[in-house]
Amino acid sequence: MKDLLSIDHLQTFFKTEAGTVRAVDDVSLRIKPGETVCIVGESGSGKSITAMSVMGLIGNAGGKVEGGSIQFQDRDLLKLSRNELRTIRGHEIAMIFQEPMSSLNPVLKIGEQVIEPLMEHLKLSRKAARKRAIELIKQVGISRAEQIIDAYPHELSGGMLQRVMIAMAISCGPKLLIADEPTTALDVTIQAQILDLLRSLKEESGMSILLITHDLGVVAEMADYVAVMYAGKIVEQGEVEAIFANPKHPYTKGLLRSKPIMNQLRDELYSIPGQVPNPLELTESCYFHDRCEQCMAICRTKQPELIPVGDSQQAACWLYEEEKRYA
Amino acid sequence: MTIASSETAQGIKVNKNQSHVRSSLWRQSFRRLVRNKLAVTGFAVVVIMFLACFIGPFFSPYTDNKINMALMNHAPYAKHWLGTDTLGRDVLTRVLQAGRISLTVGLASMVLSVFIGTLLGIIAGYYRGVVDQLIMRLADLLLTIPSLPLLFIIGALLSEWKVPPDYRMYIVMLMLSIVSWPGLARMIRGQMLSLREREFMQATIVLGLSDRRKLFRHLLPNLVPLIIVIATLNIGGAILSESVLSFFGLGVMPPTPTWGNMIDAANNMIDFQERPWLWLPPGFSIFATVIAINIFGDGLRDVLDPKQKR
Ligand SMILES: Nc1ncnc2c1ncn2[C@@H]1O[C@H](COP(=O)(O)OP(=O)(O)O)[C@@H](O)[C@H]1O
Ligand code: SF4
Ligand SMILES: [Mg+2]
Repeated sequence: MKDLLSIDHLQTFFKTEAGTVRAVDDVSLRIKPGETVCIVGESGSGKSITAMSVMGLIGNAGGKVEGGSIQFQDRDLLKLSRNELRTIRGHEIAMIFQEPMSSLNPVLKIGEQVIEPLMEHLKLSRKAARKRAIELIKQVGISRAEQIIDAYPHELSGGMLQRVMIAMAISCGPKLLIADEPTTALDVTIQAQILDLLRSLKEESGMSILLITHDLGVVAEMADYVAVMYAGKIVEQGEVEAIFANPKHPYTKGLLRSKPIMNQLRDELYSIPGQVPNPLELTESCYFHDRCEQCMAICRTKQPELIPVGDSQQAACWLYEEEKRYA
Repeated sequence: MTIASSETAQGIKVNKNQSHVRSSLWRQSFRRLVRNKLAVTGFAVVVIMFLACFIGPFFSPYTDNKINMALMNHAPYAKHWLGTDTLGRDVLTRVLQAGRISLTVGLASMVLSVFIGTLLGIIAGYYRGVVDQLIMRLADLLLTIPSLPLLFIIGALLSEWKVPPDYRMYIVMLMLSIVSWPGLARMIRGQMLSLREREFMQATIVLGLSDRRKLFRHLLPNLVPLIIVIATLNIGGAILSESVLSFFGLGVMPPTPTWGNMIDAANNMIDFQERPWLWLPPGFSIFATVIAINIFGDGLRDVLDPKQKR
């Protein structure tokens, strides 16, 4: 099937006083229609910046997309004008954030905010938009929609607000929904409800989801395809079953070992030793080398490339590049 | 925040006794303002001043301001509660009539400068880049010149050009707005810059909303509290500046009375020492009004200033 979104060799950098942060460095990723792709990785690995690059929010954040392309259907998002982008955002590609509490305007009623994309993109009248807003709010599992619509954001709980954000995001029938850690700020029980909601909405509408998370539990629940990011690069990607059953990259293995398993008591939760490297001090090497138990000489001096390992996954690790290592 | 407990109810997280869900942010702010006794007092004084000045003269038998040589410089007594001035006019009536002018000048110049300052501040903060640079350099330029000397220079020029006294009142309003918009524009711009970093503004971008929607529906309502506070404090400043100008004969000119040009009497040694009823009432009016406005403005700021909100 033709890809809905294809990110190719994306490079997004931030020039700071201390040096250039290569927040996303040569990332390629494909999303097919109806597919849920998860980007997983520790905090600071470049997940949000990847999503923001797709949305065209990098300029606002003070960074710059230095290379690559982002093809959505048959358009390169990086080449569109401000206005063309605006008609795609909220309409064909929607996004929800980590903090529902601060993602809504505190001085506007919920309804006032939900009707806006409907009026903007679908050109609905105020009245029709309000009617549709009530339906949408019901659709995301809020029962007292008629009342909620006249409430202010501070009167609702985080879980409710995230539902409202989802209602706004799906209001114009997007083909792609980007969700950046949509459940991280929420209570555990609510997390599961929100994930369920996303899954059922996806099934109803057939949209694709790009889900960003640091939680492998979420990946297991949601993903068809996984990309594991580390220090601005994808270190392993593949079908979710393959990755979980047979992780190749030592970082992925570490992540899986540190994942708490439901109903299974362990004395102590494993965590990968060491810390994410300082993005300003990266030199040509496998960026994971100082935390890797299998680190070899070459790992310190040369960067491994993402190569096919097995049938449905790819990894960037010298362990799987036998030939090159001795060449 | 107890998300879990409130979520189970599948409803709105609101106190049970607070039956109407729609209790707006404004109502909450109002309640907090009313609890601030000092601010309420300030507000009451301002209201009383306005009522006295705009309605009071209707009850005075002396509004024609007839010159009465027989009753010059009379000390306060039953028929003239605050005495009479050098031309035998009733001081109380004149103070109230002067108040009309002073308060009007203060209000009008506030409206104008808030309009200019808000507009330019929003444009600078929203579009940034070259427009921002232009507006802010102009504002900086005006801010580097202390406003009183600047006003003095313009006032002196006006006198030099023999601007008719009738027009001076309007020109003074304009002058005051010109010196006060830069500070305002800078505050609005600062607020705009911090607002656009807020996540809900990111959300409006992600929703593909138009600039018009972002500006007028999302940003402006968030600026309103700041604008209200600035506007209130600005009236006090404008009244004070007008008084100083008029006191030095560079603002509104007699025969149009203002509090400032009435205190001019204090320039005269004999009046100053022997006839305090000539300059004390207008002086006290300025003092009371400006202080009251500032206290009320501070109270408003405590309630409305976004930096203190939650
Ligand atoms: N505005 C910015 N200026 C400079 N560096 C930034 C900025 N935003 C993000 N970064 C850097 O980019 C890297 C990736 O960040 P991000 O994508 O937010 O990580 P995460 O995977 O946790 O979402 C981090 O090293 C971060 O320090
Ligand atoms: S390349 Fe080397 S250091 Fe990097 S993950 Fe593989 S084995 Fe470890
Ligand atoms: Mg992030």
